[in-house]
Amino acid sequence: MALHKVFDRPAALTDALYAYCPGCTHGIAQRLFGEVVEEMGLIERAVAVIGSGCLSASRQVFNFDTVKALHGRAPSVATGIKRAHPELLVFTVQGDGDLAGIGAADVIHAATRGERISTCFMNNATFGMTGGQMGPTTLPGQKTTTTPDGRDPLLDGHPVRITEMLAMAQGAAYVARTALNLPTNVIRTKMAIRRAFETQLAGLGFSVLEILSACPTDWHLTPVEALRWMEHMIAAAPLGELKVPEGRAR
Amino acid sequence: MGERRLMMCNEVVAEAAIVAGCRFFAGYPISPATEVLEYMARRMRQVGGTCMLPESEISAINMLIGASATGARVMSATSGPGWDLMQEGVREMAFLQLPCVIVDVSRAPIGIGPSQGDYFQCTKGGGHGDYRLIVLAPATVQESADLTRKAFWLADRYRTPVVVLTDAALGHASEPVSFPERLEPALPPKSWAVTGAAGRRPNRVNTEDKAGLGGDSREIWGGFEAFIRELRRKYDEIEAHETEVDSFLAEDARIVVVAFGTSARVTRTAVREARKRGIAAGLIRPITLWPFPSAAIAEMAQRAEAVLTVEMNTGQMVEDVERAVGGRTPVRFLGRQGGVVPSPDEVLAAIEAAGLPVREGVHGAAQGL
Repeated sequence: MALHKVFDRPAALTDALYAYCPGCTHGIAQRLFGEVVEEMGLIERAVAVIGSGCLSASRQVFNFDTVKALHGRAPSVATGIKRAHPELLVFTVQGDGDLAGIGAADVIHAATRGERISTCFMNNATFGMTGGQMGPTTLPGQKTTTTPDGRDPLLDGHPVRITEMLAMAQGAAYVARTALNLPTNVIRTKMAIRRAFETQLAGLGFSVLEILSACPTDWHLTPVEALRWMEHMIAAAPLGELKVPEGRAR
Repeated sequence: MGERRLMMCNEVVAEAAIVAGCRFFAGYPISPATEVLEYMARRMRQVGGTCMLPESEISAINMLIGASATGARVMSATSGPGWDLMQEGVREMAFLQLPCVIVDVSRAPIGIGPSQGDYFQCTKGGGHGDYRLIVLAPATVQESADLTRKAFWLADRYRTPVVVLTDAALGHASEPVSFPERLEPALPPKSWAVTGAAGRRPNRVNTEDKAGLGGDSREIWGGFEAFIRELRRKYDEIEAHETEVDSFLAEDARIVVVAFGTSARVTRTAVREARKRGIAAGLIRPITLWPFPSAAIAEMAQRAEAVLTVEMNTGQMVEDVERAVGGRTPVRFLGRQGGVVPSPDEVLAAIEAAGLPVREGVHGAAQGL
C-alpha cells in the first residue's frame, strides 16, 4: 500500500523552527495564519507586520513579506503599507503588552479611521518575553513577577478590555475573541482569521481578532494546567464575535 | 527652468517633495511647521498621493516606516517637540535602512521663535544605538527647494533618513522660487521593498535579517556587530562623497566665520560690511551639517587669525568647529537663544573683536551678548 501525505506544512510557512516554549499556543496561531493565507491564495499579496515580544519570532516562519514594527506601532506601520499599496493583505501580529499597553493609541486610532488592515492580538495576560511581568490584560489575582501577591485592582489597576473598546470604534467592522485552549476553539480561531481577512479585502473597515493564548512558562504551570487556567481568561473576557460587518449574519 | 513664484519656505519644501516623487506624507500639526502639512493635505489629493494626520508624531513616523518599506518616497515635517517624539522611529529607519525625509522647522524650546537648538539632536542622533542621519541646512527658500529634492535622492541612494533642517524664520520666509526639471542620477530599483512576494522570495524588513540572522542562526552577536560595522561603512561613504559646504569671501579671509541656515544669512551681511571696513572676513557655511565639512573648515582656519562660530543656541556646532580646527587657530563663539536671531551688527562686532586677545575667563570674544 502506497503512503500518501495527508498533512503538511502550509506553503505560507518556511521550515524554520518554531521558537516558542513547550506548551505555548503561539505556534498554533502562527500555523493558522499560514493555512489561511495559503488557502485564500494570498501568499503573493500578504504582508505581516510583526510586533514586539515572543511573536517577533514569526518573522522567520512566515513565507511571505514581513515588516518588523517597534513595540506597539504595528497598526501605524500597517497603515503606511496599506495606504501605499491598497491591493495588499496587511495584518499585524501583536502581543498584549504591545497592543493593549504601549500601542493602545495606535490601534484605537487605526480602528477609528477604519483602516483596511487586520490586527491579531495574541493575549496571554503577561509579558512573555521579558519573563512574566504584569501586563495590561493580567487578570485580578493573577501572580506575576511584578504582582507577587496577585494583581490587586486597588493597587495595580484593572485589566484593559481593549477588544471591547475597539468594538465601539465606528471604523471597526469585524471584532472577535477566540482562544486556543481546545480543538474546537482552534477551528473557530481559524474561521475568525479568515473572516477578518475577508472583511479587509472587501474594504469594509478595520478588523481585529483577540486570540487568548497560553504561557505555561511564565504562568509556572504545566502545558495541560495552562490550558485549563485559560478558563479564567475566558470567564473574564467571553469568546465570540463582538462585531460583524453590517448586513452579515453572525 | 520652471517659472519663478513667490512662495513660503514651508510650502516650498512640500512642493519640492512632490516634484521629487513623494506620494506619502504623514504629519501632526505643530508651529512653525504646520504649513507643510496643510499644503500636503491639499496637494496630495491632486497628485493621487496620501497625506495622513494621525494621532501623534509617533504614529506619523511609524506610518512612514510602513510606506517606505513598500518603496514609496515618504516625508514628514515637524518641529522640536514633535521631532523629539519621532526619534525612536527615525532611529529604527536608520537601522532598517529605510529612506525617508524629515523637515525639522526648528524652534526655541520655550515659545516658537527661530532656533538652532536641534543641532545636536539632528547631527549626533536622538535615539539609541549607533547611527547617523544626513542633515541638510538650507539658508534660502530656493535652496530649501533644491535640498529637499536632493534629500529624497540621498535617502534612496543610501537607504537612510535625511533631515532638512530649517527654522521658524526661514520656514515662514517667502522668496521667489522655481522648481527646475533637473533630474538626479538614476538609482537601482528597490528590490528589498515589501510589495507582495509575487515571483520572488519573501522580503523581510527587520534588523535581524539585515544582519544575516535568518533561519536558526546561533551567530547572533557576531552578526549584529558585522551589521553595525556595515552601517558605519555606509556612513564613511556618505562622508567621502556627500559633504557639502558653501563659502563667501573665505579664500583670503583672516577672520573666518562658520554659520549655517538663518544665522549664516545674517553673517553674510555682516561679512560684507566688515570687508567695507577693511576687515578680511569670510563665511564658511556648512550645507551638510552631517557629514560635517571639517576638512574645508580646517583648511580655511589654517590661513586665518581667528575662527568665529555664529549660532542660534548656546554653542553646539562650535564643538564640531573646534574639533575641525584642532586648536591651531582660536575659535570664538557668538550665540543668541530663546528665539532671538543675531543682528548683522552683533555679528559684525563679534568679527571685529575676534582677532583681539580674549579676556581672561571669557570663552569667546562675543559671548554673553
